Amino acid sequence: MKNKPAPRGNLASGSEPVIDIRGVTKSFGDREVLLGVDLEVAEHEVVALIGASGSGKSTLLRCVDLLEDIDDGDIFLDGEVITDPSVDTVEVRRKLGVVFQAYNLFPHLNVIENVTLGRIRAGGVGKAEAEEQAVGLLARFGLEGREQDRPDNLSGGQQQRVAIARAFAGRPRAMLLDEVTSALDPELVGEVLRAVRDLRSEGVTMLIATHEMGFAREVADRVGFLHEGKLLEISPPAELLENPKEPETQKFLRRLLEAGRA
Amino acid sequence: MDRRAEREAVRRGRARRGAAIAAISTIAVLGGLTALLVTSPGWDEVQQRFFDPEAFSAIFPDVLEAFWLDIRIFMVVEVAVLVLGLIVALARTAKAPALFPLKILAIVYTDVFRGVPTILLIYLIGFGIPALALEGLPTSGIVLGGIALALSYGAYVAEVYRAGLRSIHPGQREAALSVGLTENQALRHVVLPQAVRRVGPPLLNDFIALQKDVALISILGVAGEAFRVAQIEAQSNFNYTPLLAAALLYLCITIPLARFLDWWDAPERARG
Repeated sequence: MKNKPAPRGNLASGSEPVIDIRGVTKSFGDREVLLGVDLEVAEHEVVALIGASGSGKSTLLRCVDLLEDIDDGDIFLDGEVITDPSVDTVEVRRKLGVVFQAYNLFPHLNVIENVTLGRIRAGGVGKAEAEEQAVGLLARFGLEGREQDRPDNLSGGQQQRVAIARAFAGRPRAMLLDEVTSALDPELVGEVLRAVRDLRSEGVTMLIATHEMGFAREVADRVGFLHEGKLLEISPPAELLENPKEPETQKFLRRLLEAGRA
Repeated sequence: MDRRAEREAVRRGRARRGAAIAAISTIAVLGGLTALLVTSPGWDEVQQRFFDPEAFSAIFPDVLEAFWLDIRIFMVVEVAVLVLGLIVALARTAKAPALFPLKILAIVYTDVFRGVPTILLIYLIGFGIPALALEGLPTSGIVLGGIALALSYGAYVAEVYRAGLRSIHPGQREAALSVGLTENQALRHVVLPQAVRRVGPPLLNDFIALQKDVALISILGVAGEAFRVAQIEAQSNFNYTPLLAAALLYLCITIPLARFLDWWDAPERARG
């Protein structure tokens, strides 16, 4: 197959990674945000990225969904390069689901229209079928009866669950979750994390940027620490969060501990 | 008396006093202005010239009929303005390199047509186009005046649309792209509907201005236009009451539009 990356042979399962990020750099003007990031996310794997604000977590997710152009390196989705200028960005985005920190729901559409817009316009699915599917998906995330509500009339936690349903409606190859609980009041965090846990139990491949260490520990197969645009270390949560090797990781976790966030 | 009843009594007292003061000051101000008007040395003269009930009832049916032409012109021009403004705004915000000439054209258009007084445009187009003596070009004052108005207001409305498009958070476009929509679909289904809703009140404001400016095409000698009819009548009798009749008719349209605008804008503000 064309554009297939050379196998690196360091995957636990031995199968092809869903997302393969290789040597990705990205700068905004003079500000370098990513300085050569390598990361693989295997099928059914959940990888959580932690790190201080500005460490590049969100930018990395945005690069994977092609919302940002990368400067150097490549990103592969199911073995196909997606960061070539010739690649159809729309086709790539249809294979990925993104949940944003600020929900970014469409305020002029009701809940069910938010979920079905992409299915109908991009997925080529009929309205009735898309709605039936959306109703099921919304019920699964505890939103039955809210189909006709406007996003404005929902709590932050409900809005973010609608956003998760919207991103998942197209059954993407992978979900990209960008600080999905950071804009929420503390008492609403739990319901959103429950929805993510639900996706995990179904084996959905996910790349998550998060501030919730407890959640990263619970839901992630591997946790990576990003520091100033570099992925300093990545390992299973127990290892990274309890026995970090890198001094910067230790420093970051200590600061969180002092702030009572870990 | 308990604290709750005490507070309510104080609050009621304050509300009563507020209402009384508002009523008294309104009567004083309006009464004062009326007194000033009717005691002015020229009041009798003004009353005869501007508020002649006989002249009013004689001319009102003619002005009303003429006003119907104004309304029809307004409605046609308004639709043209909305379409033209949207096309220009989209051309200005387009990112595709192939559309660059269109973008330049749109910028030049808004700069020029917003920068020239509407009355001047009506003169230039109304008298300039027929002077070219080209086959197939319209020569009717109504059509040319309407075109001039549409070009002038199209430039304003384009800027209103553009402000609306720019006011939509980039996250909306990104969310639309992330669910698999193309750039055009994101614009059409997500960004544009929100932008249009947001600029409804300023658009309506321009409607009100346009509704009044339809009177400007009277300078092209358009027969049967409300202001023109009133003006001719006023000049022939040295009585300005017909102008007052025309003014009242304009207000009949613009005041309800203004109240509608307030009503439309209010929930937006409350939610803000």
